Amino acid sequence: MAAFLIRRAAFAVVTLFAVLTLVFVVVRILPGDPAQLILGDQASREAIEALRARLGLDQPIALQYLSFLANALRGDWGVSMVTGQPVLAEVLNVLPWTIDLTLVSLAFGVALGVPLGVWAAVRRNRFVDYLVRVASLVGLSFPAFVSAIILLFLFAIELHWFPVISARKGSLQAWAQSITLPAISLGLTTAAYITRVTRSAMLEVLSEDFVRTARAKGSPERIVVWRHALRNALIPIITVAGLYMSTLIGNSVLTEIVFSRPGLGKLLVGALNQRDYTMLQGMMVIYTLAVVVVNLISDLAYGVVDPRVKLG
Amino acid sequence: MATLLRAFNANKASWIGLGIVALVVVAALFAPLLAPYDPLEQDVLDRLKPPTADHLLGTDYYGRDTLSRLLYGARVSLVISLSATLIAMVAGSAIGMLAGWRGERFDAVTMQAMDMLLAFPSLILGLMLVAMLGPNMPNIIAAIALTSLPTFARIARAPTIAMKGRDFIEACRTLGFSDTRILCGHILPNIFPEILVMGTLWLANAIRTEASLAFIGLGLKPPTPTWGGMIREGFENILDSPWLAIVPSVAVLIVVFAVNLLGDGLRDAIDPKLRNET
Repeated sequence: MAAFLIRRAAFAVVTLFAVLTLVFVVVRILPGDPAQLILGDQASREAIEALRARLGLDQPIALQYLSFLANALRGDWGVSMVTGQPVLAEVLNVLPWTIDLTLVSLAFGVALGVPLGVWAAVRRNRFVDYLVRVASLVGLSFPAFVSAIILLFLFAIELHWFPVISARKGSLQAWAQSITLPAISLGLTTAAYITRVTRSAMLEVLSEDFVRTARAKGSPERIVVWRHALRNALIPIITVAGLYMSTLIGNSVLTEIVFSRPGLGKLLVGALNQRDYTMLQGMMVIYTLAVVVVNLISDLAYGVVDPRVKLG
Repeated sequence: MATLLRAFNANKASWIGLGIVALVVVAALFAPLLAPYDPLEQDVLDRLKPPTADHLLGTDYYGRDTLSRLLYGARVSLVISLSATLIAMVAGSAIGMLAGWRGERFDAVTMQAMDMLLAFPSLILGLMLVAMLGPNMPNIIAAIALTSLPTFARIARAPTIAMKGRDFIEACRTLGFSDTRILCGHILPNIFPEILVMGTLWLANAIRTEASLAFIGLGLKPPTPTWGGMIREGFENILDSPWLAIVPSVAVLIVVFAVNLLGDGLRDAIDPKLRNET
């Protein structure tokens, strides 16, 4: 387990380093001088030169790279080219919104997907199974913003059950009201995905000898399915849930736009529209960090679920 | 291939998928003949009309016919997603096969790079690339292709490694065949069905990604009709003209569902072990 984790952690560090390098290169090969972009076409030569010096753009490229890496590691991600606020502060400001959304969506996806998948597997090739399979394929086909728009239209605009703009915080009730629709719409594909994986993992486990043994010794079917079989099916479920987190983080951008919800997604789209390069750099790093951390957590989860992993 | 077709034949659901996909392809191909109006023609007197006999799916903010725009939008969606998937299929499989064939350092470095690409959220990667390179057709295709590349590399690599040690490949080597000839002539045909299935499933993803990019504002520039762009414009008027956003949304959903149905059927057909699973 230790060797495994060290290897995964090393991969995480290499990935982070590679992304930082990529960000540095991409931002510098872009057409146009950032200083010119910030100040606009009317700016004087002197003003542009002064800004270039302030941003460190007049230094040799190798030096720029080293100071970029050093600053990134120290948590100094520069200031936004648009608002003038430190990038890290702006990112940390909205980060809780996105973490809230992705975690609640994941919870929704697991809470719906695991039971549905188990149910379908137990009733293999019966009506329920077909229904669950078709429903999960429909769920998988939803672009994240389409499910968001349809839910917003039905439950916020037509039925007025939820606010149209999901940006309220404060009381628990306000929080729940503003997160329900976004989390369901984002969690829909997750649920569909987890349903399918759970179903196939359960089908495999249910045909194994130990399940027959458990049944033979007279364990109630409920215990056989939910305790013996499901526990052994959890590993593939955790693997894909961990892998899917990256998609979930990506799709949250769309959900946040539709529900006018603050978060990394809205910050990202704003930065893209305004060509706020320092902000984009910071966001690339934070997204990579998020994915790397999620992957490490799912690696750790194996150990918790399956004691055998510790030996390996 | 013959058994593949027979197995596919037995699956009714995949025929439904194929039927819908074929219908959409025909609609896109013959859009100029089928569309009742010019998709760019504005009519200020007929703005934001709900569905009527004249305009079966209503009109948008500029009085343009939604049905006509939907038909022309299908072309954009299909051209972008098909090209992106084809490029990713060819380039990704080539990378995967080479990595598996050459092994050692080349394999380790290439697959490490692919894993990193795989780990990063593909929508965000695509979004950044298109935003930085500029939203035109080649850039959007390249961005979507790049995000699906690693999956094909993974799919192609494992069977290449497994096959490398088999007798028939050993025989080819003894006969002095070049690496290219062995890879393309003898290994590729064996892994092609799997790549095709993955290609179909990723086509669904490519359609979704294209629509998502256009929805964020990184699709082809207006007034070119794209489904994602139509949803974006419709969303601005969702309070009084909800069908403008809902109609293209449902179109994307149906097409992605049909392609997924088709891909699922193909997968079941090539791998009987997987039938009725995942």
